[in-house]
Amino acid sequence: MRLLKLVPENTNIDFLKWQWPTTILSALLMIASWTLLYTEGLNYGVDFAGGQMIKVTFTQTANAPIPTLRTEIEKLGYGEPVLQNFGKPNAVSIRMRMPHGAEKNPGLSDAMAKTISADIKKHHADARIDGVDSVSGKVSGELAWTAMKALGFAALGISIFIWFRFEWQFGVGAMVSLIHDVTLVLGLFALTQMEFDLTIVAAILTIIGYSLNDTIVVYDRIRENLKKYRRMPMAQLLNLSVNETLARTVMVAATMLITLTALLLLGPKVIFGFSAALVLGIFVATYSSIYAAAPMLTWLGVTGQSFVPVETAQDIQERKARGEA
Amino acid sequence: MLDFPLWKRIWLWALTLVAAALAVPTIVTQAGGTWPASLYNPQVSLGLDLAGGSYLLLEAQRADVAKQRLEAMEETVRSKMREAKPSIAIGDVSATDGKVSFMLENPAQVDAAREALLPAINGSGTVREWDLQVLDGNRFVITLTQQGLDHDIDQAMDSATDVVRKRIDALGTKEPTIVREGAERIMVQVPGLQNPQALKDLLGKTAELEFKLVDTTALQSDIAQGIVPPGDQIVPYAPGTSGAGTSIAVKRLGGIRGDTLTNAQQTFEQQTNSPVVSITFDGQGAEKFGRLTTENVNKPFAIILDGQVLSAPNINEPILGGSAQISGGFTVESANQLAIQLRSGALPVKLTVVDESTVSAELGADSIHKGAIAMGVGTIIIVLLIAAAYGRFGIYADLAVLVNVVMILGIMAVFGVTLTLPGIAGFVLTIGTAVDANVLINERIREERRRGRKVMQAVDLGYKEASRTIFDANITHVIAATLMFMFGQGPIKGFAVVLMIGIVTSVFTAVYMTRMWVALWLRRKRPADINI
Repeated sequence: MRLLKLVPENTNIDFLKWQWPTTILSALLMIASWTLLYTEGLNYGVDFAGGQMIKVTFTQTANAPIPTLRTEIEKLGYGEPVLQNFGKPNAVSIRMRMPHGAEKNPGLSDAMAKTISADIKKHHADARIDGVDSVSGKVSGELAWTAMKALGFAALGISIFIWFRFEWQFGVGAMVSLIHDVTLVLGLFALTQMEFDLTIVAAILTIIGYSLNDTIVVYDRIRENLKKYRRMPMAQLLNLSVNETLARTVMVAATMLITLTALLLLGPKVIFGFSAALVLGIFVATYSSIYAAAPMLTWLGVTGQSFVPVETAQDIQERKARGEA
Repeated sequence: MLDFPLWKRIWLWALTLVAAALAVPTIVTQAGGTWPASLYNPQVSLGLDLAGGSYLLLEAQRADVAKQRLEAMEETVRSKMREAKPSIAIGDVSATDGKVSFMLENPAQVDAAREALLPAINGSGTVREWDLQVLDGNRFVITLTQQGLDHDIDQAMDSATDVVRKRIDALGTKEPTIVREGAERIMVQVPGLQNPQALKDLLGKTAELEFKLVDTTALQSDIAQGIVPPGDQIVPYAPGTSGAGTSIAVKRLGGIRGDTLTNAQQTFEQQTNSPVVSITFDGQGAEKFGRLTTENVNKPFAIILDGQVLSAPNINEPILGGSAQISGGFTVESANQLAIQLRSGALPVKLTVVDESTVSAELGADSIHKGAIAMGVGTIIIVLLIAAAYGRFGIYADLAVLVNVVMILGIMAVFGVTLTLPGIAGFVLTIGTAVDANVLINERIREERRRGRKVMQAVDLGYKEASRTIFDANITHVIAATLMFMFGQGPIKGFAVVLMIGIVTSVFTAVYMTRMWVALWLRRKRPADINI
């Protein structure tokens, strides 16, 4: 039986030939993402922004009547609602800011949620209230802070580990490609204005893990080859390493993307954003481990001598004793 | 590397079987069956986002605790000064801004006053709760220390958690989760509860019951203008009661508190048939209540709940049996709610809801169903792809992934980990990692074969070389998962837990299990070539 090979044997693609165009592309995409994050910002979910969120499904209607709902809710006088389709065309999430004075009197926001729910049910007989979430401004601030802390510490801890296991250049390379991957995913969320909630933070943490995993596999091979072929030119060595790991890179990315695409298309709407973030994240992480993480090492000055152990005084003595030069 | 003695094989299989067996009760239950109650029954419980239900995060009012402590200290100061012999006259007493301050009318009594106060200020615990300062020779300032307040809040929250649990248990809902979170929060999860309003009403009151004598000499006009007669306090009627909108004056001292109840039930008043709450005092409370009613026959006394008057009935005769009825414009529900609150005791501190969320059971069921389908489809495609890519080695890898999933479930069940949506996502990443490990190994074996190594040597090297990469990659996952667990909250934590369990089981199954299977097969068949 012939086995399936996603990548032909003994590939010899000159990846580094493309290092400048891809670097420029990556830089442009990152700048675009940052610009979007600055101008559009993220559409924070109720977890982060504080407020109330009511999820409604219209069981007898194909498409949720969003414009009608918007005018109906605006009439209630609680301010402008943020209405969004929620996974399916007949489901919507309605987000409201906390009414004035709700920090001191939590009853006010309950009353608001009740009034809105009752109003929707009055106008739409087939509306089913799927859930009501409310987070006060204080809790949401804490959530944002702990999420940032979790992200920051995870990245820091991992780069220290890489620095110890490899060399500092590898740590820097891994960090840069990590920042690249996370930036592009955040850029996607700024562009599409998909809701950014705590599950997306979990997705970003997963992307961090995957991005580093992918980078480490390539780096591991580079380290191995650096020890094996000390005189090979760096460009050639990097190409060799990327090519040798290419079959694995493609296979793993394919399996991850298959599961996540299934989750994206067939999974519950609650994790649509999560799956979308991961699909893009894995795509970008695979690309960056080939095009960013490897070339970075030459710019940072990794050479064939990087993994040669430093000779100690004792080594020199022993060498002299053996009568070598 | 390919040497697997019998004891090693037994160990690997035993570990796998134990972990897998622990997953059986969960699988049986989720498939719709029932697991016999007489057997050990570890279960993976589903989070609210999957099963539906209500979640509340309650926060203590720090200022509320501080206020209570200061008021108590003010009372102590007054009674100590009164009881001192000779009694010490004080004035300008205030309890604000975190301190109680007062002035001695006779500065010569400074030492006597200090002496009288010291036991109350030093307390008996290890924490220094109060600081005492004497200014200008006659002004005493007693400050509540930060440490003391933290200690008070800690104790208040411990008993508040108990009270919350009792109140929720009285609702009769199944398996609520009530956990203290941090210094001043309590997290409540009630699976299946769709309307959290009843729960919020139940927890929103401290339910502090007091009986105080009404000052019948106070003028209604004074009360309306807010002029407090000496020794009195003005208390408004609760909304919905007969006197709603008005207030009455009651005597500050000489009342009794409702913290000595043994029982409270919703019943009906016999004449009017309106809902009331019947309460029963314990021995000591009954005695106090008997004395109060005996000494004040034909005078009205006010029943006060959380600083609001429910009713102010006349004492027609001494009530000696230790039981009484509280009326106050109740409906059956509100009387029942008050009965639950009184039975479970007063909350030592007022709690407010800072975060809540309700997921309908339909949405939860929908999520599980769709999640399961998506996972199923994804898994089948991956299994076929791996088998097609690596043949026999791929099938071993597939089996390893299957064992991995069952082991994760088993371990989650034993540790009582709750499965949430982010947890399912953790599962996806874990399966990805497990597949990655096998892909790394098999690609390496392919490579070594291409370089012309013999079968045994290629397999041996494949495992050895790939293991280093797998180790490096998994350590990064361990670091990420640990930090997520330490610093994350809610969903991030749920994700991290599954990831941590998954890292261990996936390395175990993907590296050790497959190596054992491959080694045993190679030893039996001794093939000259392998299809990989």
